[in-house]
Amino acid sequence: MRDGRSGESGSAGGRRARGELESGVLAVLWSAEEPLTARQVLERLPGDLAYTTVLTILSRLYDKAMLVRHPVGRGYAYAPVRDEASQTAVQMHSLLERGSDREAVLSRFVSELSQEDEQLLHRLLGGQDAGPGDDGP
Amino acid sequence: MTISVYIPLLVTIVLAVLAPRAARRPAPRAAAWALACTALVTAVGWLGSLALLAFTGFAQIPQVAEEGHWSAAALRTEDPVSLSVAAVSALALAAGLASLGVAAARQVRHVVWARRECGRMPGDMELAVIDDEVPQAFALPGAPGRIVVSRGMLRCLGDLEREALLAHERAHLRSRHHVFQAVWRLTAAANPLLRPLAGAGAFVLERWADEEAAARVGSRTVVARAVGRAALAAAGAARPAALAATGGAVPQRVRALLAPPPAPRTLPFVAGALLLTLCCGGLASAASDSENLVDSAERAQCAADAGAQGAADVGVRGVAWTGHRPQRPHDACCGHHGPGDQEGHRR
Repeated sequence: MRDGRSGESGSAGGRRARGELESGVLAVLWSAEEPLTARQVLERLPGDLAYTTVLTILSRLYDKAMLVRHPVGRGYAYAPVRDEASQTAVQMHSLLERGSDREAVLSRFVSELSQEDEQLLHRLLGGQDAGPGDDGP
Repeated sequence: MTISVYIPLLVTIVLAVLAPRAARRPAPRAAAWALACTALVTAVGWLGSLALLAFTGFAQIPQVAEEGHWSAAALRTEDPVSLSVAAVSALALAAGLASLGVAAARQVRHVVWARRECGRMPGDMELAVIDDEVPQAFALPGAPGRIVVSRGMLRCLGDLEREALLAHERAHLRSRHHVFQAVWRLTAAANPLLRPLAGAGAFVLERWADEEAAARVGSRTVVARAVGRAALAAAGAARPAALAATGGAVPQRVRALLAPPPAPRTLPFVAGALLLTLCCGGLASAASDSENLVDSAERAQCAADAGAQGAADVGVRGVAWTGHRPQRPHDACCGHHGPGDQEGHRR
């Protein structure tokens, strides 16, 4: 599987990597309970990224109006723009409730679990799964 | 012809039974490609065989034979396809083609819908986060596709698991898994026997994306935990019952990820390739047999016509039926018999 990504270098690969980093940073901010500084975002991103890279991505996302920020110390703490009141969540529910017909084009991360599946999963994950513990601040 | 035309049908049945089972163990990327090839080749073989059976059966109906200027009797003696077999084949073929048409239209509608939905998701980047507690995550194909994840899903995963989730959905989009799904969906519409392939295919695509994610984050355990935790969180949330369709897939994925990576296997692929070759060979041979058969039936009819013509010439001259068919020496059609010749003869 690893050999499949050997062709990722070059400018297209660079662009792609940047897009992936933006996704990663946005996901970190959404998963956090409170606004995060660039340093905190860096700590939660796997792999060894440069601090300046994270700063660049944060300011780019801020420019796109995906984030809000407020000054903390000498820098900023960032949080995603919430849109709970917006139509998107409602839209997604109706989208997913359409049933198997529209499921046709979606690739869901996980499918429905039966009762036995649930027990089996608990057993398979065993001691490893103690809640989202490694996500704490 | 009598045997070879049934070979694609037989191969389809054998593969429809064996392929879904065989596909679960090998490396998922290869398995997905193999399943897609199997579905395509057997669907073509299936429809082709049905068409040939229907054609040879109906060609024996005297009215049809008269229209095509071949001898029904010659066809019947050389290739006895009973009318009932032909009728069943014709029905199956018509049903398959109609259902394929419906499925294709639906597929196009879905793709258009998904592309529009991609544009309506918040932001203009790869990841669209939905501000919602219900844990959800999916890939929406488009140009480019979007990864859609809810806040609830992101909150229930750890840092590495979150990366695994993104890598998994990214793998779906980047390897164009929706095209594979379309192939299985359409071929299953053309031939319902191929439905198990679609089911196995959906599972194999998830495994493929899991393996890509594992390679990306460098740990199979992390991906296993991400999949398991996400599924448990999603199961805990209130969910519409309409989606309860694919039970059992998640524990199998987790189990596969906790086990060592799948070893390369060649035997199922070689066996599958041989069967598919057999399917193509059978169809090609049946098609060429059928063509030869019609040719010889045409020659037989022509010879019979010429005989009748001779008799008619001796008796009453210039009977009406000679009007619509130019009088020709019979060697024009009954001897060497090129396509141009045939054309001239039929005019």
